[in-house]
Amino acid sequence: MMTRVVVTVMPRTETLDPQGQAVAGALHQLGFDDLGDVRIGKRIVLDIDGDDPVGQAHAMCDRLLVNRLIEDYEVDAG
Amino acid sequence: MTIERPTVAVVKFPGSLDHDSAARAATQAGADATLVHHKDDTLPAGTAAVVLPGGFSYGDHLRCGAIASRAPIMQAVIRFAADGGRVLGICNGFQILCEAGLLPGVLRPNQRLGFICRQVTLEVDDATTDWTGTHTAGTNLSIPIKNHDGAWFGDPADGRVVFRYDESNPTGSRERIAGIANHEGNVLGMMPHPECACDPLVGSDDGRVLFDALVGAVRVGAA
Repeated sequence: MMTRVVVTVMPRTETLDPQGQAVAGALHQLGFDDLGDVRIGKRIVLDIDGDDPVGQAHAMCDRLLVNRLIEDYEVDAG
Repeated sequence: MTIERPTVAVVKFPGSLDHDSAARAATQAGADATLVHHKDDTLPAGTAAVVLPGGFSYGDHLRCGAIASRAPIMQAVIRFAADGGRVLGICNGFQILCEAGLLPGVLRPNQRLGFICRQVTLEVDDATTDWTGTHTAGTNLSIPIKNHDGAWFGDPADGRVVFRYDESNPTGSRERIAGIANHEGNVLGMMPHPECACDPLVGSDDGRVLFDALVGAVRVGAA
């Protein structure tokens, strides 16, 4: 049975996120004065078969989906 | 025995752009340049050096260089590098080498998020690798960059810094790093394009030293 596993990848907090900064600038320009930081990541939706979909998702993160030098991730099974 | 025209393998991924220019530059330096397909799992027999060219392999999806770094040919490139073979990664090739773990760090989007295409001044830093020929530390080279993800991030102590940008540091690289080699010195990645600076007609031939090194050092090793 397929299990839906969602991986959320975010730039590590100590690394610069120019995309988030550009969006923050635009939002400030639109008058959102209460806005602080903006950080932009990605959401990867995986449909995985087998006994251990979460374990497989972690393995996929290790092998390809995440570069731990600059990114952190979380795995959520539906 | 000296090999007259060593074979330089130029790997072509889906989305590679600069393989022909790299092959031309290697040929100009005296090599027999051969294009190699990304799905091959071996390098041509007698390969003396490898170039991973610039471009946007796999459309830079996921992260620049990430998908190409897992292509079948990369296992052969990793073995080749582990045996001491010379590997030059240019731009996207540099990104692929970092993602493959052959070089330290990673390339991130430029600090100002724009695509930058212009001639830059590089300073030779570590002149003890073979890549910079007879240039000494502090020598300036004029070579163009053309990239969107050119900001190197990582720990410079994990490799040997061969090139730095001048003070303008256009990409926002950590410590102005434009090119870094592994500790052994046989693998070099650089964001600037030496293959686009091989003829005075295009404004500079400062890039020729990289291809001379690619070919010349191999000749010494094969002697």
